[in-house]
Amino acid sequence: MSEEKTLQTKAISAHPGSVPGRHMQREVEVCKMIDATTCIGCKACEVACVEWNDLPFGETTFDNTYQTMTQTRWNYWNLIKFNEHKRADGTLMWLMRKDQCMHCADPGCLRACPADGAIVQYENGIVDFQQENCIGCQLCLSGCPFDIPRFNPTTKKVYKCSLCSDRVGQGLEPACIKSCPTGCLHFGTKAEMKDLAEARAKQLRDVSGFENAGVYDPDSVNGTHVIYVLHDATNPEAYGGLPKTPRIPFVYTLWKPILKPLSLFTVFAGVLGMFFHYVSYGPRRTVPPPRKDEHGNDTQRPAR
Amino acid sequence: MATTHNVQRVEAEHTSFGRTTVYEGELLRHSAYTRVVHWLVALTFLLALLSGFALFSPWLYAWIAPIFGSGARARLLHPWFGIAFAIAVLFQVRGWAYQMRWQPKDREWVKHAKDYATKTDEPEPEYVGKFNGGQKIWFWVMAWSAVIFLVTGVFLWFPEILSRTAMWICYFFHDLMGLIMLGGFFIHLYEGTSGIPGTLRGMLHGTVTRAWAWTHHPAWYREVTGRDPIRDREQDGGQLSR
Repeated sequence: MSEEKTLQTKAISAHPGSVPGRHMQREVEVCKMIDATTCIGCKACEVACVEWNDLPFGETTFDNTYQTMTQTRWNYWNLIKFNEHKRADGTLMWLMRKDQCMHCADPGCLRACPADGAIVQYENGIVDFQQENCIGCQLCLSGCPFDIPRFNPTTKKVYKCSLCSDRVGQGLEPACIKSCPTGCLHFGTKAEMKDLAEARAKQLRDVSGFENAGVYDPDSVNGTHVIYVLHDATNPEAYGGLPKTPRIPFVYTLWKPILKPLSLFTVFAGVLGMFFHYVSYGPRRTVPPPRKDEHGNDTQRPAR
Repeated sequence: MATTHNVQRVEAEHTSFGRTTVYEGELLRHSAYTRVVHWLVALTFLLALLSGFALFSPWLYAWIAPIFGSGARARLLHPWFGIAFAIAVLFQVRGWAYQMRWQPKDREWVKHAKDYATKTDEPEPEYVGKFNGGQKIWFWVMAWSAVIFLVTGVFLWFPEILSRTAMWICYFFHDLMGLIMLGGFFIHLYEGTSGIPGTLRGMLHGTVTRAWAWTHHPAWYREVTGRDPIRDREQDGGQLSR
């Protein structure tokens, strides 16, 4: 038990007030580094993910590529995206990219989530879904710039890669890292992995002739805790639709955290104003109607 | 000619939806059918409003969601409350669309909305019929809100129909409409109860006093009583108009 360590929480979805226990412990930011240039598409990581997370088996699909299925599923969090890329000189090139949650430093899913505690971000950078708090609204799907969260219509909960938070919490590397036979997957602190990735990119540029080789760690989401080394960092879209500039919709960055509470406050201020309208102007009361007509007769007649 | 001492009961309306009894000195304001539809709209609106606002803000989630059992339950029920609301509104539009049609005199009312709020215009001017401009605006805002809620709601309910981009666009307009309707609902509540005493009974029992009609809806008063509200006022020696 002495070895057991609790992951420190950094952010909680839809949580009013501060995050309990924040800054109580120092915690390094972890990172998964994926060297897309040495991935051979063996899918050991896919199997390891399904194994470790005890995910029920799903049907695979075949569409004349090396891809297991068209996209990740609620029970398949890790998928090698296979792309046949045509280079400028007309030759072909296979691009393999391990697709999973990027564990953004600024997670769009967490911003979009309306359920308290359904999504948490740990100090170490892992973004984790807490299914017991998930209400199945699927708004995280629209907040994620990487199209990662997947809805299970039976349980009405959303699932995705947890970066094996259960393993990382115990000082182990994620299951996918452990299974990788080529060493294209690395796991460590964000700083270490960034250095390693930059060194490898430099090697690709200087030695292997990939002059556009670089590291994918997009600033638009304040960086990610899964980073890639790409042969051509100027064209990440070629790797199965990796967005060049992933953006969280303004609805979740401007409207939801700022303008929406202001608007709600305005409405409640209006209710308060209405009360004081009642106090200062009073109700529009009924004025007695005319009792007599010009002949002195009573005007009260049966209705209709 | 009935006397004021003798309370005379006049059966004004009797349908399969209910019976409205109009006593002397009263006018039939809303038929039983209209009232049933109104309260169906009100009930479904309130349920959709509550379950919706449970998910609206982290500050509301913790205390509104438990009303429905949990956040997940609120989320599960909300679309169904919404559909019930849209259906109820459909019946209300069918019944009221003609009476609520926008007329030039309603612009007159909107122009004088400030006088209305500050009570410098009472009793109500001649151009206010069965429904004033404000009531008509609320009715049409509500009717169109049902359309907007329904369309954006379906894409939030089944995001796979369109794209994830469509989902956040729908989320935004669903939110915006919710806020407008929340504000409008509070105004409606105020005007229908303590803001204008004698109004609520029109929607509960179906009748209002002739005095109420004469004060707040003079053109409607003329229509149903056949009397000229302005002449009635002048004959009172100007006392009624302060």
